[in-house]
Amino acid sequence: MTVGLVLVSHSAKIAEGLAELAAQMAPDVPVLPAGGGPDGDLGTDYDAVATAVDRADRGDGVVLLYDLGSAQMTAELVVEGLSAPRRAHVVEAPLVEGAVAAAVAAQGGADLDGVVAAAAMAAGTAGEVAGGPDQEFAAGAAGMSTLPPSAGAAERGPAVSANVVLRNEVGLHARPAALLARSIADLDAEVVVEYAGTEADARSVLGLMGLNARGGDTVVVRAWGAQAEEAVRRVRDLADRHFDE
Amino acid sequence: MSVTCTAEDLVVALRAVSAAVVDHGDELTELDRAIGDADHGENMRRGFLAVAAKVDSPGQTTPAAVLKAVGTTLISTVGGASGPLYGTAFLRAATSLADVSEVDGVAVAAALRAALGGVVARGRAEVGDKTMVDALAPAADAAATAAEGGGDVPAVLAAAAEAAERGAESTKPLVARKGRASYLGERSAGHLDPGARSTALVLRALATAAGAR
Repeated sequence: MTVGLVLVSHSAKIAEGLAELAAQMAPDVPVLPAGGGPDGDLGTDYDAVATAVDRADRGDGVVLLYDLGSAQMTAELVVEGLSAPRRAHVVEAPLVEGAVAAAVAAQGGADLDGVVAAAAMAAGTAGEVAGGPDQEFAAGAAGMSTLPPSAGAAERGPAVSANVVLRNEVGLHARPAALLARSIADLDAEVVVEYAGTEADARSVLGLMGLNARGGDTVVVRAWGAQAEEAVRRVRDLADRHFDE
Repeated sequence: MSVTCTAEDLVVALRAVSAAVVDHGDELTELDRAIGDADHGENMRRGFLAVAAKVDSPGQTTPAAVLKAVGTTLISTVGGASGPLYGTAFLRAATSLADVSEVDGVAVAAALRAALGGVVARGRAEVGDKTMVDALAPAADAAATAAEGGGDVPAVLAAAAEAAERGAESTKPLVARKGRASYLGERSAGHLDPGARSTALVLRALATAAGAR
């Protein structure tokens, strides 16, 4: 029961390396690399992509991410050729960020739409991490709207919040950030993590990493929604367990 | 001889296309070396050799079935953007022909129009972007004009081929806005677009084969 991922790249090494990276953060998600051309050279291979989609589909659908133009075309052709094309989506997102975000969302039990949204949001997250005026450009370029974390604060009402000390050594680095995002992925709650005046969506691994919160730092976790308390509790438990390090 | 085209005629023509692509492979690669990654000739050669082998096997009894086999073969064997783009073109052309056993000039023009629509949708390019659209779009227009004037299959394909060749030539001064060459920006000007050139090549080979019957 998890959405699968297929990574379509011109390079077999890129696809394989990224699948390895994503799998580390999402061990139960089928992440299939489909890189390289028909002869094993640089390019994209329709049959390899089609096979990967087939293998990645555990019944909950597949999200495809791609690197350059023709990889997108090949991915779209494969999806159009499926007997049930709605079970697979090609998402426009930065390949590395999108794959990591999608993998973590899938690991957390998100459905196909949820994984698609997580991957698509990665484009905006990349802008957030970079900070500055590029943010709007990054979100706009990807053709989606992102909600700046602090924008709706007034309308969201009072939050459940807690100060959480990062008791592990590396702080919100890749693996702990992925664990945190996964821990709350299935909850009906909006969750943000604030550090040094910057907020990040707790479901966004890259956003969390972009906070640059290190071991020993204290972050503020805020949550809204029906399961807000549970969300804050889970994050605190995770930090108390040193992120299982 | 005939003014229409059956599945058998189409297979003969596609063998000629395959031979033409193989013959011109080096030229396409040289064009691609200037503004791309120097693989267009090799990719097209591999794809159309596979097409020639595919159409030699029996079982495709309508022109549409032949074109569909061509499309899927190209998608599977041509790496790079050309595979999905040419594949989509042939698949859309196949769809537009439905299951008729013989196609006339009007049907050929409609098939070219459908192929163009597929390529534009797949590649999101328009005329002037320095892509195969610069050859295929005028070809589809010329084919429509020829068909409206009562042209048969050889006449329609000849008009399409001529327009495609002119269209391919027109890409030389253009700055690429789509595809690999677009990374070069201004430096892409002064070279023919390999995809436009190969499109003209394919249409010329089809036209020559149709005219020779």
